[in-house]
Amino acid sequence: MIKIKGLRKRFGLLTVLDDIDLEIPAGRATGIVGPNGSGKTTAIKTMLGLVKPNAGDIIIDGESIKNRWDYRRKIGYMPQIARYPENMTVRELFNFIKEVRNAEKTNQEELIRYFGIESELDKRMRTLSGGNRQKVGAVLAMMFDPEILIFDEPTAGLDPHASVQFKKRVHREKEAGKTILLTTHIMSEIEELADYLIFIVEGNIRYHGPMQELIEKQKEQRLEGAVAKMMEEEAA
Amino acid sequence: MKALSILKYQWKDLFRGKWIIGYGLIYLLMADAMIRFGGTGSKALLSIANIMLLLIPLVGMIYGALYLYQSREFTELLLAQPLDRKTLFWGLFGGLAAPLALAFTLGVGLPMTYFGLFVSTSIRSIILILVLGNLLTVLFTGLGFWLGLRFFEDRIKGLGFALVGWLFLAVIYDGLVLLAIFLLGDYPIEEPMLAMAMLNPIDLARITVLLEFDIQALMGYTGAVFNRFFGSMMGISVAAGCLMIWLGVPLWRSMRLFNKKDF
Repeated sequence: MIKIKGLRKRFGLLTVLDDIDLEIPAGRATGIVGPNGSGKTTAIKTMLGLVKPNAGDIIIDGESIKNRWDYRRKIGYMPQIARYPENMTVRELFNFIKEVRNAEKTNQEELIRYFGIESELDKRMRTLSGGNRQKVGAVLAMMFDPEILIFDEPTAGLDPHASVQFKKRVHREKEAGKTILLTTHIMSEIEELADYLIFIVEGNIRYHGPMQELIEKQKEQRLEGAVAKMMEEEAA
Repeated sequence: MKALSILKYQWKDLFRGKWIIGYGLIYLLMADAMIRFGGTGSKALLSIANIMLLLIPLVGMIYGALYLYQSREFTELLLAQPLDRKTLFWGLFGGLAAPLALAFTLGVGLPMTYFGLFVSTSIRSIILILVLGNLLTVLFTGLGFWLGLRFFEDRIKGLGFALVGWLFLAVIYDGLVLLAIFLLGDYPIEEPMLAMAMLNPIDLARITVLLEFDIQALMGYTGAVFNRFFGSMMGISVAAGCLMIWLGVPLWRSMRLFNKKDF
């Protein structure tokens, strides 16, 4: 369970997160949607400790993450723009992170096969295509079998096949009882994968709850329509 | 432990980048030429020291900043792992400062070894030069790191300040000191001069070298003042203290910046 309490973050004059209170249920998949620049990535980065909040706190499994780092053991993160050390080969990267995390047992091999990047293992990160980088990111996020999985626009650079593969895998992780948090602009993806929805606009939470409820409330058939309606209401 | 694995991978990465080998080679060629043409006496050592006093601060500062910009991906990747920021900071810093220091030590040390300088010259001078070079490497890499963190989003500024900082400390500062001597030569300015030299780590290192090679006499009365001051226990401790402050403060500030930074 991830609890966010009164979280605020400013970058200079710009308020990116404005007093956010959230509860992200354990063992469920939660999708975060919102227009560009609404604070989705900042919210995720705050949970990871990459961004330090101006106020508020995040509590993961009953423990505040302030000045802590050990909790990240429970988290697998796949960033939006996958940037890795350019000169490292894929295999070296995996081994390196394994060493840093002090992990002996991983499902690295299985994931590599699953995403079909066996032939990329000895290539330098710099020579990898965007999609393959994303796949490497996906393997890195899941190889330690963490309780919490955070994906920031995971399928943005993936081809349809890889995208389907990825979603299948996320589904499996969800079935296995993982807490999943993902942001995306593709509504069908959220429909497929998520149970809960968080809608952020300009650093404020506008909707938070089961996805089905929102669709019913907005009297729409699909999530896309419901979210679009909500965005229109925002603009009005 | 984890800092060590970070360090290890950075070493691999640096050496694969090859420029660090080039950096070591510059020292190797330079030292080789100096000894080949200058003889195996202290004259060659002095020339090496002079080049080192210019080159180390330049490379340390520029590359200290540049390196942070270059390893941004690496840093972001590791920050999302269960890792203390402090460990990561020292891993990053050590991963740069140690190879730089090694490249210098090997580049200068190898020609000294195969030309037999350890026999022909005083071991003390050689060790002094090697120690000073390593110290300056760590010191200026730390300064570069601080600039890189301070201007993390603005590389042009970070690198610009690094370059200007080097120019100021290595070149302009001396000009100012000379100008002060020239303009105020009629007044007793030896003590303020001492203080001014203390404020610049390159000058501190230079004076140490001058004193070691006994050429402070070239500097006339000022040299005598330096000699008297730095030759004393008090002088040595003050100079060492100044260097430590130059070493410690940028690193301490960098670590604080790094700890509070948003990535």
